[in-house]
Amino acid sequence: MIETVAKLELPVGEHIVIRKNRLVPVEGEQAANGRMTLVSGIHGDELEGQYICYEVGRRVREHPEYLRGILDIFPALNPLGIDTAHRTVPKINMDMNRMFPGDPAGGMMDRVVAAVVSDIIGSDICLDIHASDSFVREIPQVRLSQDFAEKLLPFAMLTNVDMIWKNATATVHESTLAHSLNVLNVPALVVEMGQGQSVNRQYGDQVVDGIFNVMSHMGLWTGPVNETQIPAVSDDGEVEFIRSEETGIFLPLMAHNHYVRRSDVIGEIVDPYSGTIKSRVCAPVGGLLFTLRVYPVVYEGDLLARILGQP
Amino acid sequence: MFIKDLYTIRSTYREDMKVRGYQFGKGEKSACIVGSLRGDEIQQMYICARLVHILKELESNGCISAGRQILVIPEVSAYAINIGTRFFGVYDADLNRSFPGSRYGEPAARLANALMAEMGDYVYGIQFTSFYMKGEFVPHVRMMETGYQNASLANLFGLPYVMVRKPAPIDTKTLNFNWQNEATAAFSVYTNQNEQVDEKSASQAVAAVLRFLTRMGIIRYESHSGYISHVLYESDLSDVNAASGGIFRGMALAGQDVRYGNPIAQIIDPFDGSVKETIKAPTDGIVFFAHTDSLIGENDVAYRLIHRLHE
Repeated sequence: MIETVAKLELPVGEHIVIRKNRLVPVEGEQAANGRMTLVSGIHGDELEGQYICYEVGRRVREHPEYLRGILDIFPALNPLGIDTAHRTVPKINMDMNRMFPGDPAGGMMDRVVAAVVSDIIGSDICLDIHASDSFVREIPQVRLSQDFAEKLLPFAMLTNVDMIWKNATATVHESTLAHSLNVLNVPALVVEMGQGQSVNRQYGDQVVDGIFNVMSHMGLWTGPVNETQIPAVSDDGEVEFIRSEETGIFLPLMAHNHYVRRSDVIGEIVDPYSGTIKSRVCAPVGGLLFTLRVYPVVYEGDLLARILGQP
Repeated sequence: MFIKDLYTIRSTYREDMKVRGYQFGKGEKSACIVGSLRGDEIQQMYICARLVHILKELESNGCISAGRQILVIPEVSAYAINIGTRFFGVYDADLNRSFPGSRYGEPAARLANALMAEMGDYVYGIQFTSFYMKGEFVPHVRMMETGYQNASLANLFGLPYVMVRKPAPIDTKTLNFNWQNEATAAFSVYTNQNEQVDEKSASQAVAAVLRFLTRMGIIRYESHSGYISHVLYESDLSDVNAASGGIFRGMALAGQDVRYGNPIAQIIDPFDGSVKETIKAPTDGIVFFAHTDSLIGENDVAYRLIHRLHE
């Protein structure tokens, strides 16, 4: 059933409405063994979660008899952003994932995020689905804050992602939804995958299989589950960031999600005016090329790739 | 006066963006003054430009104290200013949420890091900044409650109010917060405009900075004594939120004394022109912040009042 979690009046003939689809066991909510919440669309340019929300809902609708828990699906926490391909909240230009936990007595968006947090409290697990941005492509991965890694790792291992990255960067920053929920004792995982403004169905299916695997282990799903993999687990020390030291056009020479050897040429930075190669970008370590730039224009300091180094 | 190139960002398609500082005097790094960190902070850039003009004259008259050095950086975001965007680069980076930055990070992080290396050693740091919501403030000096703040020093600007704000997680990447962490006494000065130049409040801000520099013995300058500032904590303010969305007809200005129950704004129906809501003052007080945008959403902050304070 589609439920409204927050609804506030915009200036002219419209409301900002945060909706969720609540799926419950055939026997009713009272028969539920627990609750999982799927959240997506905090950043309006990240659309991979739209497919995941659809596909999870579709599989449950196909076999509602297997559902043993409550499943809440929020496809769009930032509906104005998704509708207009804005990463941030339009008009105020604020990153919604820096506004949590919000304030129930604050301004419009403070109240919206507070209502979302309030609604999710009580869930036994929450997955916040992200899609990198429009500039780099990512393999399916779960990012965990070091502060909560011990508690979250057992759930993350079930998600069928390629990699679990325990880190302390902005993705898991204090004012994010995931951090706020973890502080409030709702285990919350951040899933990153694919790239902004697009949908990779293969990655989506992989993560959806993982979601059903998690549900199965938590007793929320009794149906068959596709075979899943055990992800590689890494921390910041094993991840090598490769940044541009030039301005120009980045042309990758390696495919994403492939293993590279030390000194392999990952790509070139070229000058379209002079027709020259300004620099060749080499792998500083061997390992899995799990992040690769897709947006060609680069400035000094822009992220080109990340490699998960091999021990 | 000595012009220092502080940092350069190179682009394939545009001229280099040079961040320049205007240095007056020599010796102890006494005061650093920063204007526009965001592309729409035109008033902030203008105030700094006027300060450069006056300090140049003072220096030629021998009025910079011996052994004291002042650095003025009118703007650090010409790329954004020149295309009319608030934020910087293709990532829409908020430079005032990029400190302390990193020399190995994204372009905005590198710029912030380079600025911090230059500005971090100053005894006093003064930043002209802006709020994310469109509106007018009474001119005031704002400080973060980091444990290092000194409201008594902020009084010496002679502006009507000093506001002390308890930092939220989102504040920890601001220039003000990081300046204080570097043991610089940091002050953010708010005037009542951003995108438009307002001569009156710009003159007030210029006078406040010159007054402060005089009182700190950094320059010799005869100026009016200004106000004995009223020190406020953000928690002392009463927010007045709109109960509905529509066209905003403000009836009280920043700095105005309002009385309990008096009408201070109306929300007009955008279709039929009827008054949807009359907002009344919930308390006696002075308007600290007034919403000025023509439109308002449900629960947006219309006013922030200084509770039970009179002119």
